[in-house]
Amino acid sequence: MLSSLLIALSITLMYSAPLTLAAIGGVISERSGVVNIGIEGMMSIGALTGAVVGYFTHSAWLGLLCAGLAGGVLALLHAIASISFRADQTVSGIAINLIGPGLAMFLSRYFFDGASITYPVPEKLPKLAIFSYLKGTPFANFNIDVSVVLALAVVVVTWFVLYKTKWGLRIRALGEHPAAVDTLGVPVYRSRYACVIMSGILAGIGGGTVTLAVISQFTPIAISGQGFIALAAVIFGKWKPWGAYGACLLFGFSQALVIMLDGGVLHVPSTILAMIPYVLTILILIIFVGRSSAPRASGVPYEKGAR
Amino acid sequence: MQGVSKDYAVQMHGITKYFGPLRVLDDVNLDIKKGEIHAILGENGAGKSTLMNILYGMYNPDYGKIYLNGQETYIGKPSAAISQGIGMVHQHFMLVDKFTVLQNIVLGNETTDFFGVLNMRKARKKVIEIIKKYGMKVDLKEKVKNLSVGMQQKVEILKALYRGAEVLILDEPTAVLTPMEVDELLETMQNLKKDGKTIIIITHKLKEIKKSAETCTIIRKGQFIDRVNVADETEQSLAEKMVGRQIKLFVDKKEMTPGDTIFEIQNLSVRCERGIETVKNLSMKIRGGEIYGLAGIEGNGQTELLQCILGRRYADSGKIIMHGKEIQNTNTRNVLDSKISFIHADRHKYGCILDMSVADNVIMEKYREKPFSVNGFLNHEERDKFTKQIIETYDVRPAKCRHQKIRNLSGGNQQKLVIGREIANNPDLLIAVQPTRGLDVGAIEFVHRMLVNLRDQGKAVLLISLELDEILNLSDKIAVIYGGEIVGEFDQKEADEHKVGLLMAGGKGE
Repeated sequence: MLSSLLIALSITLMYSAPLTLAAIGGVISERSGVVNIGIEGMMSIGALTGAVVGYFTHSAWLGLLCAGLAGGVLALLHAIASISFRADQTVSGIAINLIGPGLAMFLSRYFFDGASITYPVPEKLPKLAIFSYLKGTPFANFNIDVSVVLALAVVVVTWFVLYKTKWGLRIRALGEHPAAVDTLGVPVYRSRYACVIMSGILAGIGGGTVTLAVISQFTPIAISGQGFIALAAVIFGKWKPWGAYGACLLFGFSQALVIMLDGGVLHVPSTILAMIPYVLTILILIIFVGRSSAPRASGVPYEKGAR
Repeated sequence: MQGVSKDYAVQMHGITKYFGPLRVLDDVNLDIKKGEIHAILGENGAGKSTLMNILYGMYNPDYGKIYLNGQETYIGKPSAAISQGIGMVHQHFMLVDKFTVLQNIVLGNETTDFFGVLNMRKARKKVIEIIKKYGMKVDLKEKVKNLSVGMQQKVEILKALYRGAEVLILDEPTAVLTPMEVDELLETMQNLKKDGKTIIIITHKLKEIKKSAETCTIIRKGQFIDRVNVADETEQSLAEKMVGRQIKLFVDKKEMTPGDTIFEIQNLSVRCERGIETVKNLSMKIRGGEIYGLAGIEGNGQTELLQCILGRRYADSGKIIMHGKEIQNTNTRNVLDSKISFIHADRHKYGCILDMSVADNVIMEKYREKPFSVNGFLNHEERDKFTKQIIETYDVRPAKCRHQKIRNLSGGNQQKLVIGREIANNPDLLIAVQPTRGLDVGAIEFVHRMLVNLRDQGKAVLLISLELDEILNLSDKIAVIYGGEIVGEFDQKEADEHKVGLLMAGGKGE
């Protein structure tokens, strides 16, 4: 009993890590006033980049770094479109969501002789056996991915920056009333660029952890809706880092359920089980979307001197 | 133009600014002595705000020079203006609702310990010193969204002072204040002046210029008209310089000849969306040939009352009767069909669809009637003919605007179109809410004349306004709404600013 609980916990944490990273990216972007629904696309490109770089360099860490950069580059596109050219942020985000997976598939075929699945990376991100000193108990076998620790660290740092530093005060103000920030001499466009790019980097890293920690290769279904689930977590978590983290744990748990219940005593077809995270997402969105209050200026392009 | 000297806190010489091909400022001069209160007077669109936005670094001038304390300077961006001691309180407040007062004040100029970590305690000390110095009362812990407009304005002033402003620009500061808040603001301005601050006040309200400013620069259509000593001028002479023609500051109207009661509200109670009863047992009667003015501070139930009349909100109890027929809890179309027309306070939100053409906006309520549509097909010729007629009758400018987006028209011209459209409905009751909000003296005169004309034709007018002067000037009967109830009703002759103002603020009548 204890050991299966621990396994459930371990799986929950493992699956929630990529979601958390991406969701925190979403929080940062939206708090600065730019809706980023392109997270899915940024995760996809991150997942591919992580797998490819990890495979060729034999370094999972280098892969993860490049995954972040790839997500950041895609986010830069979104930033240019939605901040400088004041495009509709939803349309731009959808474009990113089409470009990301398409490009990932194209690159996979390019690097791996037309295969849409990459070779497994020789070295995954390390796991940490945090209770290894408790020999002989079920705890000894309990280990967590380093990505879990990374995700938690990102949550803590983001919370601290947003609520305890001047940068955070400015980011939160940007999402509420950019003109106010502008009249106080803080550059609106530059700050929003920074936040959107940061959001892409985190989403890319999130994607990278899928192919470097959860599974060990890129497949066309490696990222299938995690980006959207992360977005749901942003809303469910009320645009707050800890809230988003909690939501991601819940979604991660639902994925753990899929795995734990599959082949268990219940004999539910695995295809039905696989729906659990998505159904949960929809339910949560239905229940919470109307009630939560988004940053007021989120999604509204800022135009200097507009009436 | 005065010579450049260090006796002047601000001098702007030969300022010219283009927005695209449009020249909004043409060789404008501004000279402001240190420690004085200087008014900039001009109609809407005259370029007052643009001039001040240049001083504050929001825009760059195309030509012209700026001198601060006799030194030529380049500003270019708000942060440069702030560091040179210029602060600005914008017409639309630049405050983050969800932040506390203190957070709003320090934003962009935070006191930090290391690596940008905030030290709010230090900031609080500094702000409290300023508050004490100028005798302002502000709760730093309160969220801005819970503050009254007057309080929010104080926060804006504090923001500027916190940044060490020596020159304070106030853009239309009294537009949104109650009479008492205006007095308080004028007092604060005097305190700041005593401390040696220079204050620039942008306004088109003559009374406040007379009360507060020593000198005044007048701008008309982007051009410098005159720089005057306020003491040498009367309200009338200032107004004429501003508008460039003779103007009537007071509405002149005939004695009223009231007819029968056209519109009546009996014991109406309405709840707001949070379930609080914001209109309580309210009754009123409006006769034909009468302008009924409803005075009150924002948020005392006017919004819910209007929504209820318009059929957009249910009445809990009570009746709304038009021409003897109950219309409460029906729907908006039924209300409009019973010969009630509305001029909404927020013409951008309710009165117009900004991104549609002028012509489409004009037939907004009539599109489904003949001759504008026949068997479900729109007749564009009829629409254009009708629009042309309204544009001509109401002197909307530019005259060839019917296919332009209504967004591109000035506020005054938008309002003329809205009023024209509503009067063309031939209503028996016109409900005008803040009909002159954001309009300049010329346009205000026009709107007031239209309302009086309607009254003289024996129609009823319900005027709801936050501007007490407007209500007192125009209405035949004046009621005060406070906390969702009518707390007093006067004939025009018995009402005065003091009596009505007191009731508006929740005081008891004598």
